[in-house]
Amino acid sequence: MIRKALIGSHAIAMAVKLANVEVISAYPITPQTIIVEKIADMIERGELKAEYIRVESEHSALAVVYGASAGGSRVFTATSSHGLLYMYEMLWWVANSRLPVVMAVVTRSIGPPWNIHTDHQDVLSVRDSGWIIGFAENVQEVLDMTLQAYKISEDRRVLLPSIIALDGFILSHTSEPVVIPEPSEVNEWLPPRKPLPFKVEAGKFFAVGNLGPDDVTMELRWYIWRAMERAKYTINEVSLDYAKRFNTGSPAGLLETYRTTDAKYIAISMGSWSGDIKEAIDILRDEGYNVGLIRLRYIRPFPLEELRDTVSSAKALIVFDRAVSMGHQGILGMEVVSATNSKIPVKNIIAGLGGVDVSHHDFSNIIRGFIEEYESGLSIEWSIPEWYMPWMIKESEER
Amino acid sequence: MSIQRLALSKFRGVIPGNPACSGCPHNIGLKIVGKTIGDKVILVVPAGCTSIISGYWPRSGLEFPILHVPFASAAAVASGLKAALESRGENGVVVVWSGDGGAADIGFATLSGAAVRNDDILVIVSDNEAYMNTGVQASGTTTWKALTTTSPVIGKTEEKKDIALIMLLHKVPYVATASIAYPTDLAEKIERAVSIRGFKLIHLHSPCPPGWRFDADKTIAIAKLAIETGAWILWEYNNGSFKISPQSKLYADKSKRKPLSEYLKMQGRFMHLTDEDIRGIENKIDENWKLILELEKYYSTKR
Ligand code: SF4
Repeated sequence: MIRKALIGSHAIAMAVKLANVEVISAYPITPQTIIVEKIADMIERGELKAEYIRVESEHSALAVVYGASAGGSRVFTATSSHGLLYMYEMLWWVANSRLPVVMAVVTRSIGPPWNIHTDHQDVLSVRDSGWIIGFAENVQEVLDMTLQAYKISEDRRVLLPSIIALDGFILSHTSEPVVIPEPSEVNEWLPPRKPLPFKVEAGKFFAVGNLGPDDVTMELRWYIWRAMERAKYTINEVSLDYAKRFNTGSPAGLLETYRTTDAKYIAISMGSWSGDIKEAIDILRDEGYNVGLIRLRYIRPFPLEELRDTVSSAKALIVFDRAVSMGHQGILGMEVVSATNSKIPVKNIIAGLGGVDVSHHDFSNIIRGFIEEYESGLSIEWSIPEWYMPWMIKESEER
Repeated sequence: MSIQRLALSKFRGVIPGNPACSGCPHNIGLKIVGKTIGDKVILVVPAGCTSIISGYWPRSGLEFPILHVPFASAAAVASGLKAALESRGENGVVVVWSGDGGAADIGFATLSGAAVRNDDILVIVSDNEAYMNTGVQASGTTTWKALTTTSPVIGKTEEKKDIALIMLLHKVPYVATASIAYPTDLAEKIERAVSIRGFKLIHLHSPCPPGWRFDADKTIAIAKLAIETGAWILWEYNNGSFKISPQSKLYADKSKRKPLSEYLKMQGRFMHLTDEDIRGIENKIDENWKLILELEKYYSTKR
């Protein structure tokens, strides 16, 4: 075990190396580039024994790792934003084929206008595709979740691909101290991939993906749905085991709770700004507010039971969303409302789109306002999400 | 490969009575793939008629290991699969069996990428000159003037793109054209191609009865006429040598060719052509011959 300062992108590359990935393919897109540059560098220097296949598009990047995974290899790819959208068709093909592909998604806004900064619109657009989707809060978690993704995806109870989402620039390009597990210990914990659920070989007549009766299609979807349910247990098991063995400090489980034990008001978030929200929670606690935070580590599978348990005695929830479903609400907001069966009032804040910075002061102000609204009986107005754009308030005041 | 050896090969590959239309050119091509390299091959098949021919689970219309993949992804999937085989020291000839759409149109960027990387795969483009599986819509390789369901009255107004020459200029080790009417030539080309490491492509001329509107028993006759009228030219590029194949060589001399109208008149898709249109097609064929003969000359002096 060593401690080292790493940027998020290099932490991913480190995890790929520790996992002894055999085939890597990617197409460059900002802010994902540093990951694949680092991996290519490690391979050319002989530090990682793997094939790096340079492709002409993201669609092909995922197609290449699909083919390699069908051939039995452990694989990796990474992308962002438009690259992820360009992969869209292949994403479903991979998930429906049950291949344990692992991909890093460095979250980035979708154009136009061109914008390379983070929001969660890109990765949440693949929410329903059958990929396990995890969100890291910090660089340590980026490394830990990537390594765990192989163990989870390749587990015979799961056999579904995994996405690890990390906020563009905020995590991908920011250096933090990281605990790196010992390679020999990782090798023991994560043995070479068993070629499950299938492996195509010459001389073995076996077709993957051919036509069949409609009920077979539906039944296969049901298997995926059940595998996602089982993945909840596997994620808990794998992350707990990892935490015990490697002691890197990352929390285990599908979600992390922060000062929620006696909280009457609970904020809910995903990704790197959860760190800022934790600071806001501390400020508000000092001011005497009874608040806490639930940070989802995984949005697929959705931590339904854990979330319900944690919010069971809360008066109201506030959900911070970095992605919105046009015509309805924030995406995480919708998920939380459905998980709580609308039993608890939920205020949905849409903020930070296109990488707009939201500080811990902003968060504490927003949460304070939310509590005041609830206590003065204004939660009735929460049916519509609130867009947090302080510069527009300033402008209209000036006018 | 002699016709006897082809006939004696025990490999089934194509199961009789599979869902292909009667007279289907893909079945003929796939049979030859099976009989030449069947025991070594893994097929990667993008969307197209072969997705159907492959059969309905739990039965099978083809006896090959097959990865069915999205339309635009086949060459990339094949590259990844080959990398996986290589990284664990396993054998296996990875063959992309694609139609014209999957190779020359929607799958073209992917095909080009695999060629640039010189990945060790064989791509066979079984070109039936339209999107047959979706009901005969015009594709990038549909012949000028041909009627399709998206060029239903005046016929296609654009040129047929030459995917074999485009791939040749990717500077890959092996590119050839072939025809389902010349099985020994195709078999030899497949065998030569797989003996070479790197990217190989065979552009296979595949007349399709319902798509071209001719009777199902005429597939071979029409494919043969395409050669004899000079409309389709068999050639082979192999590591710096470019040769017009013997079956076509004769027709470099225009006077030896059968009249083009014999070929066109047998196909419903050309029924509307005027004499002027036929002359137009003939001119394009003459131009193509000039180009292919020039290429042969160029590569022979280069050596
Ligand atoms: S439409 Fe043509 S290529 Fe397709 S299966 Fe029928 S005969 Fe074969």
